[in-house]
Amino acid sequence: MSNNNAVGSLAVAQKAVKQLRLEASVRRIKVSQAAMDLRNFCLQNATKDPLLMGVPSGDNPFRPPKSCTIF
Amino acid sequence: MGEMEQMKKEADGLKTQIEAARKAVADTTMSAASAAVAPAPRVQLKTRRTLKGHLAKIYAMHWATDSRLMVSASQDGKLLIWDSHSGNKINAVPLKSSWVMTCSYAPSGNLVASGGLDNMCTVYNLKTPVVKTVKELDAHTGYLACCRFLSDSEILTASGDTTCALWDIESGKQKTVFLNHVGDCMCLSLSPDMNTFISGACDSLAKLWDVRDGTCKQTFQGHTSDVNAISFFHNGNTVITGSDDCTCKMFDLRADQEVISYQDAQLNAGVTSLALSVSGRLMFAGYDDFNCNIWDTLKGEKVGVLSGHDNRVSCTGVPPDGMCVCTGSWDSFLKIWN
Repeated sequence: MSNNNAVGSLAVAQKAVKQLRLEASVRRIKVSQAAMDLRNFCLQNATKDPLLMGVPSGDNPFRPPKSCTIF
Repeated sequence: MGEMEQMKKEADGLKTQIEAARKAVADTTMSAASAAVAPAPRVQLKTRRTLKGHLAKIYAMHWATDSRLMVSASQDGKLLIWDSHSGNKINAVPLKSSWVMTCSYAPSGNLVASGGLDNMCTVYNLKTPVVKTVKELDAHTGYLACCRFLSDSEILTASGDTTCALWDIESGKQKTVFLNHVGDCMCLSLSPDMNTFISGACDSLAKLWDVRDGTCKQTFQGHTSDVNAISFFHNGNTVITGSDDCTCKMFDLRADQEVISYQDAQLNAGVTSLALSVSGRLMFAGYDDFNCNIWDTLKGEKVGVLSGHDNRVSCTGVPPDGMCVCTGSWDSFLKIWN
């Protein structure tokens, strides 16, 4: 193995360790806390979610409003 | 001990440390925590529009911020700009290379971009009397899988050369290159505050990046195959991914781990695309088996399906106003549902 290869592999390994150190230092919150925040976000925004609530035909831009028929 | 062995020992130690730290905060699961939440209603959406115009497989679509216009890309060598309300085509942009894999609408509505096997991201101006090419962003050494505008002057790209990049459109140069994935980058999603973005790659990982300084801040494991689709939740703290391993997963950024997996024993098709409703409660995931399944993101249950395409669903998108969901397919059609 040439000297260059050895130096190259070491540099890659050092970078990997540096990255792992950074990721290890992340401050983590409890999953229960994360779940609660997410649940609250979804529930609070539910009424503003047309796909969840359904879109009344009058307000639906993809549906023509019911037309009046004159017999 | 040689330096290499020392590095390896330290790396293994850090990986163990990260796993332990994640376990330590895993005091519950998302589905357990959502057990008391009322189930989402059974969602039955109807096709309101079938947009016909492309002559070959559709690979990508993206909504404009006005929630009315959208751009779609097909390997027939065209980008089509649609008015979704009327179903009319507003513009057709001929592409130099027909092998397109992605398209994006700028927030301003002035520009669109596309790219694919030509390894380039081409930016077009829609507001000139005839659509003009603004810039060809050429530096990636692999295909362009995904692109997203931050503004009319900056765009993010994800490439098969395993890197993502932030470009200055005017100069045509890469301002920042994001290096850390060891597989083709397939997708990216910008955070609501635009300070970070998340990428998914063929190395089965999702990574969170700082847009400005280029650092990889967090890495999320869990998938066992290519991550083809990724989206930030609108709260900025959660991310959903879709993979060739036939599952979608939710990762929480602050808990630094997977918190729920969306899977079904009968689902044997890879996930190609995904989109979230505005509250985030519903997730629309496109699969290789021609369907788009609708999931309750909190409970991890399937609550509906969009069937109607005659080939793979390759792209999905919900506009900013949340009024509908659009699916695009290899059958050359786009459908709008609500």
